[in-house]
Amino acid sequence: MPIEILMPALSPTMEEGNVSKWLKKEGDKVVAGDVIAEIETDKATMEVEAVDEGTLAKIVVPAGTEGVKVNTLIAVLAVDGEDIDKAGEGIGEEPAKAETAAPAPAAAKIEGAAPVAAAPRTEIAADPDIPAGTEMVSTTVREALRDAMAEEMRRDDDVFVMGEEVAEYQGAYKITQGLLQEFGARRVVDTPITEHGFAGVGVGAAMAGLRPIVEFMTFNFAMQAIDQIINSAAKTLYMSGGQMGAPIVFRGPNGAAARVAAQHSQCYAAWYSHIPGLKVVMPYTAADAKGLLKAAIRDANPVIFLENEILYGQSFDVPKMDDFVLPIGKARIHKSGKDVTIVSFGIGMTYTVKAEAELRGMGIDAEVIDLRTIRPLDFDTIIASVKKTNRLVVVEEGFPQSSVGDHIANQVSQRAFDFLDAPVITIAGKDVPMPYAANLEKLALPNVGEVVEAIKAVTYR
Amino acid sequence: MATAARKAPAKSRSDGKSAGLSAPKPVDFTKDEELDAYRRMLLIRRFEEKAGQLYGMGFIGGFCHLYIGQEAVVTGMKMALIDGDQMITAYRDHGHMLAMELSPRGVMAELTGRRGGLSRGKGGSMHMFSKEKHFYGGHGIVGAQVSLGTGLAFANRYRGNNNVTLTYFGDGAANQGQVYESFNMASLWKLPVIYIIENNRYAMGTSVSRSSAETDFSHRGASFKIPGIQVDGMDVRAVKAAGDLATEWCRDGKGPLILEMQTYRYRGHSMSDPAKYRSKEEVQKMRSERDPIEQVKARLLDKKWADEDELKTVDKEVRDIVADAAEFAQNDAEPDPSELWTDIVL
Repeated sequence: MPIEILMPALSPTMEEGNVSKWLKKEGDKVVAGDVIAEIETDKATMEVEAVDEGTLAKIVVPAGTEGVKVNTLIAVLAVDGEDIDKAGEGIGEEPAKAETAAPAPAAAKIEGAAPVAAAPRTEIAADPDIPAGTEMVSTTVREALRDAMAEEMRRDDDVFVMGEEVAEYQGAYKITQGLLQEFGARRVVDTPITEHGFAGVGVGAAMAGLRPIVEFMTFNFAMQAIDQIINSAAKTLYMSGGQMGAPIVFRGPNGAAARVAAQHSQCYAAWYSHIPGLKVVMPYTAADAKGLLKAAIRDANPVIFLENEILYGQSFDVPKMDDFVLPIGKARIHKSGKDVTIVSFGIGMTYTVKAEAELRGMGIDAEVIDLRTIRPLDFDTIIASVKKTNRLVVVEEGFPQSSVGDHIANQVSQRAFDFLDAPVITIAGKDVPMPYAANLEKLALPNVGEVVEAIKAVTYR
Repeated sequence: MATAARKAPAKSRSDGKSAGLSAPKPVDFTKDEELDAYRRMLLIRRFEEKAGQLYGMGFIGGFCHLYIGQEAVVTGMKMALIDGDQMITAYRDHGHMLAMELSPRGVMAELTGRRGGLSRGKGGSMHMFSKEKHFYGGHGIVGAQVSLGTGLAFANRYRGNNNVTLTYFGDGAANQGQVYESFNMASLWKLPVIYIIENNRYAMGTSVSRSSAETDFSHRGASFKIPGIQVDGMDVRAVKAAGDLATEWCRDGKGPLILEMQTYRYRGHSMSDPAKYRSKEEVQKMRSERDPIEQVKARLLDKKWADEDELKTVDKEVRDIVADAAEFAQNDAEPDPSELWTDIVL
């Protein structure tokens, strides 16, 4: 059987090209790897190599022909003693035949404007019941995070923590205090100051089946590592067809601390929430910090766990239970109410809680939702609340453009438009790099007054 | 080709002994080893030729980086491994997958984006994996696999097993910052990782001399006390000998090692690269004088371990495997549309 040589596709975007030159003529012997022709594509002039051995029996498309479609027959190769004349017989006599060449099979199957199925729903369990009479222990967020890591490290030898100053220094913010003493240097690993590198090392260890907790001294420095977080950790499960994922937690303080200026004061909730393949958790209370960090460590996926330096020292009640694990992806109704819904998360809750108390004095009964998880985002809880209160204000510290609040406002307008009695108001940090001066920093952050005013506006007070 | 040896600085090594590493002399292969290497390399060559052909026919889309010319590197290294040793590389990865014995059908069907592909059609040429065969990708971001490979080695040390990780990257990736961050940690923690720099002389279109201040890549670990060896990457025996030395080094707990494989790719960087940055003569000279497969073939014939007919039979068998893979890859169905939403999170 003679071999048909077709017009090759020589770039991802090439649909047709010009046959500029034949470097072999009819009757020439050809071995695999010989350059037989030059073809001009949309990007460059490329050499075409023979794939098979034989004799060039017939050139169907002569040199100088322009606009030759990919997969058009351009020449015929006779193999192993085939008769050259016979091999070329009847081929390419009519130019029309070249036009009927089959299109690339992949292209042919692309369906036009067929609707794309929606993402399947995933049910997320409710918070576990806390048995009546359970002792509540006042705990700082710092201690809760440490306890969560220690409990999970006792439970599973594959869990280890790595990062800058996590071991001998006992943690730059003392979150890993005592872990080195209990678990030793094998499992509490001080790294050099190389975020990009150790994030990649963590992801590699996770791909091999370990369960790393990678601490960033702050999430500002994780910018150095963001390629490994997104391109390696978040996408590998999909790219491997489900064979290989990265069960890893990236945690550390996120957002503004106090007077550390622009490079050290940024909230990354919206950034990471953009990425399919990641889970993003941002707790406010110590109980949520503990229950959700334990869940994050057990999760089979990469989890971004955003903490806050200002919250580290704040105390909350944490139930004294053997194994207190909370579901990732479930918001918590911090306070129920009927007049307006306030959605917030992380440090944003501090403004919200104060505003809610003030509003109560004015006779406004607000429902406060603490998201706890930013991705997957618990829209069910938000929508149910909006259907009840018909008003929504979202509060966060991050930058305003493409913020978490923007996304929530957009979804609520699509899913519950008819239930809204006022436009959704989103309160965020100001659209400026964080200034250093105390007075300017205060202006750049949200404040309780703004939240109160927004709620008065949507309740028409 | 003579390989330049280099000694690690004796005084600076923490164990106080000189690494004293020089490229081991290639050890002659047995007949079985020669035939095995011949078959393995030929499979990669024929597979890649077929992939190039299918790309030309529009069956393979996007980027497609062929390994033709570099076959001895993965083949020789694979011959030095024991069960459980891991491999990770960048985007010129088809040869690595075949060397790790991933199914040719699965690889080719992934190239054509079909449901029988190793990543069920969702990864493509640059993103394939096999936990079962200890192949960890297949990564599209230049240099990222170096930190990841260091992490695989970290896991081996953490578990206290005897396995090593082969972390491949090119002369181009060798200039990425995270490579050196990884070198530092690997040396500090004595991780069992072999950094294999496949120096094929061109980072896409930029020659080594135009991109690299230090063109002897075996020296790249000097600041981290990682010894390195230059290896003739066109001679599968030289690669195997270096692989034996390096795996023993790592299994002995001596930490990482760098092997600079001096090799050459015959094709462009990707299918759409006309390769105008080098002369035809340069390519032709490598092909005719240094071809890794022709070297083995010449020795087999010279020693009368095989005649032309027997080698033709091997070629036929290899072609049949590749033809079967191509046939499968062209006719297998595309992924079910529901696959769009699977494997995002577990």
